[in-house]
Amino acid sequence: MATAELERQGTSAGVTPSRGTGADQARDVFVTLTVGGQLCGIPVLVVRDVLGPQLITRIPLAPREVAGSLNLRGRIVTAIDLRTRLGLERADPRRAMSVVVEHQGELYSLLVDQVGEVLHLDPELREENPPTLDATWRGLSKGVFRLSGQLVVVLDVAAILAI
Amino acid sequence: MDDLLAEFLTETAESLAELDTALIRLERQPDDGATLSQIFRLVHTIKGTCGFLGLTRLERVAHAAENVLGRFRDGALAPTPAAITVVLAAIDRIKVILAGLEATESEPAGDDSALIADLNAVMEGRLPGGVEDSGQPAETSPVSDIAPARQEPSAAAPSEPADEAGAAVAEVAAAAGSSSASAETTAPAEVSVAAQTIRVSVEVLEHLMTLVSELVLARNQLLQLARTQENSPFAVPLQRLSHITSDLQEGVMKTRMQPIGNAWNKLPRLVRDLARETGKKIELVMLGADTELDRQVLEFIKDPLTHMVRNSADHGLEKPEERRAAGKPETGRITLNAYHEGGHIIIEVSDDGRGLNTKRIAEKAIALGLATEAEIAGLSEQAIQQFIFRPGFSTAAQVTAVSGRGVGMDVVKTNIEKIGGTIDLRSRAGLGTTITIKIPLTLAIVSALIVEAAGERFAIPQISVVELVRAGGTSETRIERIDRTPVLRLRDRLLPLVRLSTLLHLEGEPQSLDSEAFVVVTKVGTQSFGLIVDRVFDTEEIVVKPVAPILRDITLFSGNTILGDGSVIMILDPNGIARAVGLAASGGAERATMTDLQAAGSEEGSKTTLLLFRAGGTEQKAVPLGLVARLEEIETDRIERAGGRMLVQYRGQLMPLVALGDGLETAGAERRPVLVFSDRGRSVGLVVDEILDVVEDRIDVQLVCDRPGIVGSAVIAGRATEVIDTAHWLRCAFDDWFHLDANRGSDRRARLLVVDDSAFFRQMVAPVLTAAGYEVTAVDTAEAALKLRDQGRVFDAIISDIEMPGLDGFAFARAIRSGPAWSDLPLIALTGRVSEADMARGREAGFTDYIAKFDRDALVAGIGQALAAREVVEAN
Repeated sequence: MATAELERQGTSAGVTPSRGTGADQARDVFVTLTVGGQLCGIPVLVVRDVLGPQLITRIPLAPREVAGSLNLRGRIVTAIDLRTRLGLERADPRRAMSVVVEHQGELYSLLVDQVGEVLHLDPELREENPPTLDATWRGLSKGVFRLSGQLVVVLDVAAILAI
Repeated sequence: MDDLLAEFLTETAESLAELDTALIRLERQPDDGATLSQIFRLVHTIKGTCGFLGLTRLERVAHAAENVLGRFRDGALAPTPAAITVVLAAIDRIKVILAGLEATESEPAGDDSALIADLNAVMEGRLPGGVEDSGQPAETSPVSDIAPARQEPSAAAPSEPADEAGAAVAEVAAAAGSSSASAETTAPAEVSVAAQTIRVSVEVLEHLMTLVSELVLARNQLLQLARTQENSPFAVPLQRLSHITSDLQEGVMKTRMQPIGNAWNKLPRLVRDLARETGKKIELVMLGADTELDRQVLEFIKDPLTHMVRNSADHGLEKPEERRAAGKPETGRITLNAYHEGGHIIIEVSDDGRGLNTKRIAEKAIALGLATEAEIAGLSEQAIQQFIFRPGFSTAAQVTAVSGRGVGMDVVKTNIEKIGGTIDLRSRAGLGTTITIKIPLTLAIVSALIVEAAGERFAIPQISVVELVRAGGTSETRIERIDRTPVLRLRDRLLPLVRLSTLLHLEGEPQSLDSEAFVVVTKVGTQSFGLIVDRVFDTEEIVVKPVAPILRDITLFSGNTILGDGSVIMILDPNGIARAVGLAASGGAERATMTDLQAAGSEEGSKTTLLLFRAGGTEQKAVPLGLVARLEEIETDRIERAGGRMLVQYRGQLMPLVALGDGLETAGAERRPVLVFSDRGRSVGLVVDEILDVVEDRIDVQLVCDRPGIVGSAVIAGRATEVIDTAHWLRCAFDDWFHLDANRGSDRRARLLVVDDSAFFRQMVAPVLTAAGYEVTAVDTAEAALKLRDQGRVFDAIISDIEMPGLDGFAFARAIRSGPAWSDLPLIALTGRVSEADMARGREAGFTDYIAKFDRDALVAGIGQALAAREVVEAN
């Protein structure tokens, strides 16, 4: 099982070194991921794990966005298909990677196309959502970071899980 | 919080619980020296510790109470109920102060001088103001010639809940509400046992339990792996690990087991107070208090149990005078009974009170909009009683301080179901109510059956699985269908089936009926149904984990778990499934029997429950609801025509339809209400335009009508209403409807005399009997009937109402039996009220048979029997 535990402060390989170790700095650190070709970021503080493809049990009658549940070292984690949540086509659970987040004491795994790296993002590069952004995305995004080559959409985990 | 203070609070809370029980025991047995000493010692300890900690307010109250108890102990003062009440008040005050102390870490301000004055007054042998003096208990009891101690509604407990036998285990319970970690305790009486116990915080135990559960799962996973490898060097140590794990699991479970008496120990006091408050005499009997169950389960059922006992005391039991009038002993009895039954605990709470008032429940259900009158009319008494489990339901006319606040049985049911338990209710008017709860011994690990549907696996808790049936394939049993509904013949009964994959909206090839499938026969409450699944695997011990919050809305699952192979599996909730398929919605889908309806309608004298509807034209029409078997809605495009008749497939049969009023030609595909009349396995539907209402009214047919199918017009619910002649319409469907068993082998039409003051019943009964082949004469009074006798009229049988103005049925019967002409005629009582006592009285007066109004079958059969018997007599 391709399980990569992340350090809380995010100092794994391929990460822009963060400028400090205090809580203030940690708030600016994000795990990046791609969903349907779009680069997104999730605050590293809520991320508990990153997993490779998992065996996922389907849950009948659950909302469409719920891909199922999986066993993470004895804990049952509900998998949310981020693609479906963002109004894209359903993810292939055999290939999707998972970002496990904690929300109100419960673990959820967000199925994404690819998990990128852990980045420290300068708060000054952050902008509000463009008002013309699709309503689904606007409701789940907390702003956009302008990086040199690309844009990173900051995902609002609480909003994503409010299904 | 100061450690010392925390420990004091914990210890005192325990002592107080013991005190409550002990004081009530003392009240019952004033000369019980051991109990007295125990009480004295407990209060003394509290007082001493207060002084040590500088809690002056507490100390003063405890001191005054101790003085009174000291006098009891010395025999200088009799522990009368009045005196005990004052002591209990002091203990309540101590609890209040303790609660304040716990919240703020300092004694709350307050004035105890009045209480202390009362206590001192009692100590000096005078009863204080507010409590009547006379050596009699302060209770407002109508009977005063019984010894004081016995007069008090006492809490008789054959097995004392908080007695010392349970003390060793009880330590854990007491620690539940405390924050203290571990401290030695000394239970008062059984020092030897108590000294061997330590106090462990519940948190530690919970954590241990979680760890053990995980260990069990890991062990299962390992075992599964090992099974695939032969000659593994791990096999032997793994076996050993497995055993140890099992033992460990059992051991940890044991630490969590507690006698159910721990959940009961507050009840004697509660019942005593309630008895005083409500002026009732109540005896609380507790059986099986030492039955052990998991602490967590115990916590869950504590409040529901308290609530149920409170309900029984407040609503269930009657006041002494009412009980006396009903011929019952003055003292009402509430019985708690707990016992083990196959991995479960059964707890029964029963009372010998007045039983549930089904009528009031029905009224309330309608008022709350939970059901329409028409729906209620189709429900059995038991089904109506189930409404008390609906949220916001309370039939107490007056909200008392005790109960009846509308937060009650629904919460009880929810709590019980939350822990995988079931709740069942039986109530009989005048005899009492019994509520039976079945709960698992422990919540941590349950046994579940693993099944597969559409390629997905699910777990079904073993508690609700009755049996497994293999159907289709090579098996002799097969699933049949009515319309699109699958059913199974199981031991001469039809079991409704639900296909799990359909229920869960799982895609997959719809299986043909012949392919092999398994039916999991499931029982929820009184309802059984079968779940069709594709495969059945083993049973597994599973650790139930709650589902994520975003999945809580799916009521078909009660939780999820991880199986031995590491995969996640959803646990099905049989209660939820029953609700989803509409089986448990009303606690029973079976329709009310005729007798239920009559019982419901008979209490209102000659008032009748009528169904009002519209069919052709604008005037309202009426039919006695008792004659209607069901109300249905049928899509007009499902109606088929054959041989000039309209038919519809209904419950697996073809049912003829008769359109009352407007034809159906004009209608497109729409739903039309249908009144279904059932008889001897056959049904006829009367298609009407609209169901208006169900009312209870007196029927007085004022205009008799010549039109076929209409009995006449009456004013019902303030409007002119046509009362329909059901017999006419039924004959339209089946020509022989009333000819099935009338008048066999008789050339002459037997002559019947019908005596009934209600024009309506004469109008209803006469056509029925005429149709059955009798010659019917109807009169409205017994006097008129006797006049016919004096005129020399001859009849073969007489059918008479009981309640009539002038001569009533009994007097009429006696008059007939005494007179010469008709003295040997069969005399059948036709009445709304059929009780054993009435029947006995009727027979005594001279009635041959007793038949319920509306029960046409019984009437026709009864007349047939009576006439046949007479023929035999005459032949001899």
